[in-house]
Amino acid sequence: MRTRRKGIAAPYLIWMVVFTVLPLLLVIYFAFTDKQGHPTMANLYSLGSYTNVFVLSLVLAVVATVLCLVIAYPISFMLSRLRAGRQGIALMLVMLPMWMNFLLRTYAWMSLLERNGLINRFLGLFGIGPFEMINTAGAVVLGMVYNYLPYMILPLYTAMLKIDSSIIEAAEDLGAGTWHKLWKILLPLSKPGIQTGITMVFVPAVSTFIISKMLGGGNFWLLGDLIESQFLGNAYNYNLGSAISLVLMVVVLLIMGFTGGFGQEDIEGVI
Amino acid sequence: MAKALKRVYVVLLFSFLYVPIAVMIAFSFNQSKSRTVWAGFTLDWYKQLFRNSAVLQALALSVVLALVSALIATVLGTMAAVGINRMRRRARSVVMNISYIPIVNPEIITGVSLMLLFVVAKTALSSIGGGWLAAGLLGIPSLLVAHITFNLPYVLFNVGPKLRQMDTNLYDAALDLGCNQRQAFFKVVLPEIMPAVFSSFLICLTYSIDDFTISYFTAGNQQTLPIAIFAMTRRRVSPEINALSAIIFMVILCIILVANYREDAGERKRRRNKRR
Amino acid sequence: MKVRKLAAALLALAICALPLAGCGGTGAQGVEVEPGYDYERFADAGITLNVYNWGEYISDGTDGESMDVNAEFEALTGIKVNYTTFDTNEAMYAKLKSGGASYDVIIPSDYMIGKMASEDMLAPLDFANIPNFELIGEEYKNQAYDPDNLYSVPYTWGYVGIIYNTTMVDDVVDSWDILWDEKYAGDVLMFDNSRDAFAIALKRMGESMNPTTTSQIDHAAVELSAQRRVVQAYVMDQIFDKMEGGEAALAPYYAGDAITMIEENPDLAFAVPKEGTNYFVDAMCVPAGSANKEAAEMYINFMCETAVAVENCLAIGYSTPQVRAEVALPDDVKNNPIAYPPVEVLDNTETFTVLSDELNAYMDKAWSDMRAAPQ
Repeated sequence: MRTRRKGIAAPYLIWMVVFTVLPLLLVIYFAFTDKQGHPTMANLYSLGSYTNVFVLSLVLAVVATVLCLVIAYPISFMLSRLRAGRQGIALMLVMLPMWMNFLLRTYAWMSLLERNGLINRFLGLFGIGPFEMINTAGAVVLGMVYNYLPYMILPLYTAMLKIDSSIIEAAEDLGAGTWHKLWKILLPLSKPGIQTGITMVFVPAVSTFIISKMLGGGNFWLLGDLIESQFLGNAYNYNLGSAISLVLMVVVLLIMGFTGGFGQEDIEGVI
Repeated sequence: MAKALKRVYVVLLFSFLYVPIAVMIAFSFNQSKSRTVWAGFTLDWYKQLFRNSAVLQALALSVVLALVSALIATVLGTMAAVGINRMRRRARSVVMNISYIPIVNPEIITGVSLMLLFVVAKTALSSIGGGWLAAGLLGIPSLLVAHITFNLPYVLFNVGPKLRQMDTNLYDAALDLGCNQRQAFFKVVLPEIMPAVFSSFLICLTYSIDDFTISYFTAGNQQTLPIAIFAMTRRRVSPEINALSAIIFMVILCIILVANYREDAGERKRRRNKRR
Repeated sequence: MKVRKLAAALLALAICALPLAGCGGTGAQGVEVEPGYDYERFADAGITLNVYNWGEYISDGTDGESMDVNAEFEALTGIKVNYTTFDTNEAMYAKLKSGGASYDVIIPSDYMIGKMASEDMLAPLDFANIPNFELIGEEYKNQAYDPDNLYSVPYTWGYVGIIYNTTMVDDVVDSWDILWDEKYAGDVLMFDNSRDAFAIALKRMGESMNPTTTSQIDHAAVELSAQRRVVQAYVMDQIFDKMEGGEAALAPYYAGDAITMIEENPDLAFAVPKEGTNYFVDAMCVPAGSANKEAAEMYINFMCETAVAVENCLAIGYSTPQVRAEVALPDDVKNNPIAYPPVEVLDNTETFTVLSDELNAYMDKAWSDMRAAPQ
């Protein structure tokens, strides 16, 4: 039976080739041609003038990823140690905000961070502030952390579920201190979760264009903003936009090579 | 000490997660338009929201789009899972790698690459005289294709493992007992993987309703709900948007509570049955 | 995550029910139109018109009192309106030029109309279907961007000035210089589109806002780059919230919108810089290739109905070129010096002309380079 009825996958294969492989080939084609369709390297060469956008995107995405990891690690561990009956509810509480549309979530932060926003009003009651929070790099990072934190918690939690409590107890019995326990036992055992989490936070963070628009006031152009402006914005240059997209893809692939990407199991874990 | 620290951390984390949403919902009942000064209770913004034809049209489009794209993606994806399950290892890994592309690629790249495809296709179509076809391409057709495309791999990755878990002897036995292939599939295989197929359909629904980035680049002259929300946040902001958030949040919350309750009940029932 | 799956199903069902609940009534009241025009000739044709307009640029009835113009049009004609909005002329152009979307009615500004006309992106209008064109003042017809008035019907006009918060600004606002003043660092908002931003930089340097050489653009780009230190955010319609809420002190924007903002926050004021400013006309056009050109012309004609033009004016604050509508406006609007300024203000304005493709591309590139450059 193995050899029969493979053809049933044909529509899918054709679909994927036409609507994922072909479009990516188009991106490559546009990246290496000019507006008249002649081959050129000019698009890629001109990327040099956007080095700082690449740097800024990478820096903000790295900071956001690290913050996510630091914030998510303890809660993931706590979740994984809860009684089975409680885990479901607790996990639900952590994931609930993610089910809200991410534009609305980001928008919610706008009214908190504004100069006359609620945080400044609240601090003002104690005579502190006001602080400039919106339209700063910090606000953009905050938006990334808020939106992508669940992508870090889930894989960490999934990986930690597999860690047997008795291993940790054994370490305690053998006199391991808190830090020792963390470095020698928890971190190595949760490594697959960390790798998946990093990928799943970093990729959307490095390519976002909404968060920087909404919370950065247009002062912090990231790769996503640059690409968007080439396709649907002021700049209108598909070829340059494709070249930037191509480089972004390479960056993502490099990161995945570095973290080992994520396995099929992780994808199933998330959905 | 450690316990106190733990408690502070948990409280801070949950405040971080929920305060923005709580504030949004609270201000959906605010009498004034201000997002920061409380002026009294009202339901006016909810009334306005239900009069806002742009939002309602976008909502209707999002729902139809989600249902149709989820349905097509589930059927195609399930067929693919069955076919791929029967492939040799080499061929299977090639297919799997292609399937990873939309999952791994940043959404913006999926969006712009599809946009390039549609634009090129449109130009090509008009040049060979399919102008009427080309004119309507960017809009609902392109949105539909885009949504099916980013949904398909999830179906594959959801149904595939279920198939592999299945006992292949069942299928062979059905054939031996006189079923033809079609009957064997529909009577034996499909019931076995049905839960995975159904859950794939639901996953596709959520992804489709929630997607902004890919739709933004492929929507042509159409507006899905997330695109309408984006347009709202770019303009003079009305507390209608808070009202919309509150409704969405409440709907989700109720559903999850119901789902959780049902799951718990199911769990208890299973345990009881086991004991018997 | 079983929960999520079931949740999704129920959510979808719940959401399905929402639109049904919302379909109660469209709120169309019926509107008075000029006699003799057959608005019902497409009633049974099942047409959907795709209208692409600026954000905040039509009376949409969301406040519960004003007219929902699109709903009125639908009720009157039986034509469905698919209404979407854009932020900037350039974004609108990008979407049309690429073929990324098809529209039947668009409302660009003057220079963009000229550019699109020169690239054959607009369809010549059949004015027999737009008899209300007669109601447009003669001074708004046959302008430089459309010299034979083949493609466009003016919708509004206006000019750019500085809107500022009087509680935060104690200097006299009479020059573009104040948008570069270190004293207001972090309190300035700036246009998020190339043409308007460059116009301000050029005017400030005492030059025409229609550059003729790349070195002029380079100079202006340097100025804009220097301005980044004082700019809090680059915005378009987000300006409403930010200025009304006291989030920023100074911003250049369109006069019509300034009126709307001042209504909301009386601390705001509007000034026209002495170096001169941009005078613009936004006009309704039909893109080439529209499948419903005659219905699109009907929509344009409807927008020129006196009652509709008045409602739009009241809702958006911009000045109308429709003569009867101007007369019909309430006195406080008619006599508002921001909407209908004295002659000497208008004398000191300049209109955008169509830049050559090279200069245009050069400006767009300079703009995105400036925005992407490190701060």
